[in-house]
Amino acid sequence: MPFIPHTETEIRSMLDTIGVNELEAIFDEIPDDLRCGQLEGVPEGLTEYEVTRLLHQRAAEDQALSCFAGAGAYDHHIPAAVWEITTRGEFYSAYTPYQAEASQGTLQLIYEYQSMMASLTGMDISNASLYDGASALAEAVLMAVRANRKSKSRKLLVAGTVNPTYRKVTNVIVHNQNISLDEVPFDNASGTTVTAALEAHAGEDYAALVIQQPNFFGSLEAVDEMTDWAHANGMLVVAVANPMTLAALKAPGQWGEKGADIACGEGQPLGVPMSSGGPYYGFMCCKQPLARQMPGRIVGRTVDLDGNPGFALTLQAREQHIRRSKATSNICTNQGLCVTASTIYMSLLGPEGLARVASASHKNMNALLAAIKDIDGVSVAHAGPSFHEALITLSKPAAVVIEQMANLGFLAGVSVSEDYPQYENALLVCTTETKNDADIAAYATALNTVLNGEAA
Amino acid sequence: MSNIPAELKYAKSHEWVKDNGDGTFTVGITDHAQEALGDLVFVETPEVGDHFSAGDDFAVVESVKAASDVYAPISGEVTQANEALADAPETVNDSPYEDGWIAIIKADDASEVDALLDAEGYEASLED
Amino acid sequence: MVDAVKMEKVIFEHSVSGRRATVQAPAVAADFSDLPSALLREDKPLLPETSELQVVRHYTRLSQKNFSIDTQFYPLGSCTMKYNPRACNTLAMLPNFLARHPLAPASHSQGFLACMHDLQEILQEVTGMKGVSLTPMAGAQGEFAGVAMIMAYHRQRGDMERNEIIVPDAAHGTNPATAVMCGCVVKEIPTGPDGDVDVEALKAVVGPNTAGIMLTNPSTVGVFERKIEEISKIVHEAGGLLYYDGANLNAILGKVRPGDMGFDVIHMNLHKTFSTPHGGGGPGSGAVGVSERLVPFMPMPHVLKEGDRYRYVTEADVPDSIGRLSGWAGNAGVNLRAYIYARLLGRDGMHRVAEFAALNANYLQARLSAAGFDLAYPDRRASHEFIVTLKRQAKDIGLTATDIAKRLLDKCFHAPTIYFPLLLTSCLLIETTENEAKEDLDAFVEAMIEILREAEADIEMIKGAPYTQPVRRLDDVKAARELDVVWPN
Repeated sequence: MPFIPHTETEIRSMLDTIGVNELEAIFDEIPDDLRCGQLEGVPEGLTEYEVTRLLHQRAAEDQALSCFAGAGAYDHHIPAAVWEITTRGEFYSAYTPYQAEASQGTLQLIYEYQSMMASLTGMDISNASLYDGASALAEAVLMAVRANRKSKSRKLLVAGTVNPTYRKVTNVIVHNQNISLDEVPFDNASGTTVTAALEAHAGEDYAALVIQQPNFFGSLEAVDEMTDWAHANGMLVVAVANPMTLAALKAPGQWGEKGADIACGEGQPLGVPMSSGGPYYGFMCCKQPLARQMPGRIVGRTVDLDGNPGFALTLQAREQHIRRSKATSNICTNQGLCVTASTIYMSLLGPEGLARVASASHKNMNALLAAIKDIDGVSVAHAGPSFHEALITLSKPAAVVIEQMANLGFLAGVSVSEDYPQYENALLVCTTETKNDADIAAYATALNTVLNGEAA
Repeated sequence: MSNIPAELKYAKSHEWVKDNGDGTFTVGITDHAQEALGDLVFVETPEVGDHFSAGDDFAVVESVKAASDVYAPISGEVTQANEALADAPETVNDSPYEDGWIAIIKADDASEVDALLDAEGYEASLED
Repeated sequence: MVDAVKMEKVIFEHSVSGRRATVQAPAVAADFSDLPSALLREDKPLLPETSELQVVRHYTRLSQKNFSIDTQFYPLGSCTMKYNPRACNTLAMLPNFLARHPLAPASHSQGFLACMHDLQEILQEVTGMKGVSLTPMAGAQGEFAGVAMIMAYHRQRGDMERNEIIVPDAAHGTNPATAVMCGCVVKEIPTGPDGDVDVEALKAVVGPNTAGIMLTNPSTVGVFERKIEEISKIVHEAGGLLYYDGANLNAILGKVRPGDMGFDVIHMNLHKTFSTPHGGGGPGSGAVGVSERLVPFMPMPHVLKEGDRYRYVTEADVPDSIGRLSGWAGNAGVNLRAYIYARLLGRDGMHRVAEFAALNANYLQARLSAAGFDLAYPDRRASHEFIVTLKRQAKDIGLTATDIAKRLLDKCFHAPTIYFPLLLTSCLLIETTENEAKEDLDAFVEAMIEILREAEADIEMIKGAPYTQPVRRLDDVKAARELDVVWPN
């Protein structure tokens, strides 16, 4: 029997101890008319080698494409050691560290993770992670509304350059609490927010301004000015950041005079495989005065009975298992395993390695844009620097180009005209450090073929 | 036996009220309440200027494993909150009736205080 | 425990400026001179500067400080700490699955999408529901999706007044927290002395404002809710819907289906019932199943099959969907593991899950009872878990649930869940799962008996436990008062 160790003799003896004759008798409190039938919709069980064959077949159907897509999921190299260690049974099959003495490995690792994330974002405190980048923004929005006690509007301003999927998810999660997001339009030519668009809201009551850096298009926002503007207008600042880029870019905690108040985003670039969109993890960090408004788990360093250092979950009274209907969030878990992978990833890369990953990703984008900008039917949408993503517009619908490029072995990018109709046939492209000059040249050739029916 | 000063008034939900003689009342939690909660790690005090009706939850006291609401024993506006508790929540454990006060409320209707328990009545309520 | 493991320092203490692992990063030095300098970082972030070996050794040592299912019996009530089959991990980590970008076109994703579609069908069948969406990323998000669907259903019918969610007092804290996140008011109802919901109290709270009820069955006190059909009738007649918290689905898998009990929406904790790893606290997966009337509201995207082709639904396919809860399609890799597990179990394996989980729980309950422990519900069958109450021992010798939990660690058993459900004082919620062998259950009973004897002889010794772990009992109060949550930079 799969995963069941009991022999006939043992079953007999256990039933005797319970004082019943047969297994079915254990279920005698369940009304008979509720008992289910044979579950014919479930296939017969397979052996491990049969399942192995099936999954290998399925995986083989999904030919790996040379990935030039980002938009929140990134194709970075993951060092071999990362998942070798992460999938050790002691990490993989442990539970939430409620029994601290028997969970020091997980707890210490989370403490190290919190330290790294707080430093990357320039914040005082990090939680142990949330589900993913999109839902982390939703939690940050709820947190900002709780934390900004002067604001009564239950509204936030959100730059139009914040990942549109993040904004949709946030709206789904917060709208039931009568919280809404007002969008700040951006400049189509630069792909960034301009101060004039913010000024239109000067003096209005908003709990916070949400800024993404680099923004959804890969462009760089004037974060110092935006942050100072928001603070001058009584708003908190929520930063959405890509942690990989923080090896290079100014930490949100240092934006403007006072720094952003909350930083959140997608942790996937730090050692988590793309894996069809999950599991990833959302990170969230904040300044000290907001600590108690933060959702999710937090690990603290303390001492044991003998005075030796040790680690434990702390500030638990904010959480659902104690506060119930008054909790900061209904969230229980973090994404522990993904955080384990990221912590090992960040340790292996170190400050220099991560900066090199960021630099190579950025340089590859410069090279890609140079290689494709003169192809007939391609225009680069935005002036100004791109980090490692950029928006291009095409002479054919992006969906068609993506399909044809896939047949040539490339994931060409992400179609975004549905969310940004002002750009026709728009494709968001991305490069990471894993691409080399030959990959970029091959991409340009394929794109030219798809758009113009010929090799360059 | 916990300390229940005779000069104060009490709510059954373990708050004490002290008449400051100027229409304002100081509010805190009783010795019995701090004892039952154990070591406090955080006190969330109300904002000055906030208005509460009697029975509203107006502050939160947290120990490691529990968070309890503190209810406004009378209706009124908060004129002062004990900011010092932010950095020293243990003050409520050490000195529940003096330094560990939570807020001062300007009563809407001072006669509401008359409906509260006296020390004897509160002591009796603990024995129920 | 080996001292080197016990004494392992914080990673930053291994760090030496200028040291690094080299082969994992590009060979070319970083250069951002083409970017505006005002937007660049000036300080070096606090990441360790260590060699590859140091990193591998450090995190291997940290792992050795953990209890886990792979190393210890883990009878944590309400958490279903099953064996996580290695095949599920190995196959979910096939390179093509890992390399798939979430927005790869369906034409190049048929293998993955077929797995997700199959899993939707299997979950639909075992729960008796009419539709399944795999997108919620954890149980709590599944709960959110469920209550949001209930609210969307009422609102679409023009029923604007229904905003009350009924929750039994024994429920997981997530239930009331979720209801509040969905803009609802929580109405708590008591649990009767036999562990069943107090039906009279339920009748008293239902009415024109009832949006729904959130129930766990078997409940958090470890017994099957026998009046479920009556409860279902009361709530439905009042115009409310029934939400099934799937936390305890393992107890009934293959025996009873939530759909047949009258539930309109359920969430499943795939990290419990379908054996995906707990990973030190996530990632989970909180797939939701719905009855006919809630199908249009399911969170997107889920997988459609058209002919022999698969694709994710779009906004246009499901205009009434409550929307997206994640950046992409939930914890896809977790769902893949659940799918592999479901295929290994198959139909007969599903039936056996509840049978053997219940056999183990009832056996352990009988043995502990015979050994002198008091059961919270002595007249009831255990579901897949049960509650031992320590009221008597607490009064007689000062032995608390925490004491037993900590002393069990010294005997190489993970602790049961303690101090939950909140309505019982000093209790142990014990769940065994179907994977544990009889001799391991017997060894656990022996350990419990031994602790009782030790406590009677020397309660102070027990109060000092554990003695064999990397640390002894930790100062939680200091941790909260003197917050130290990041290593000083």
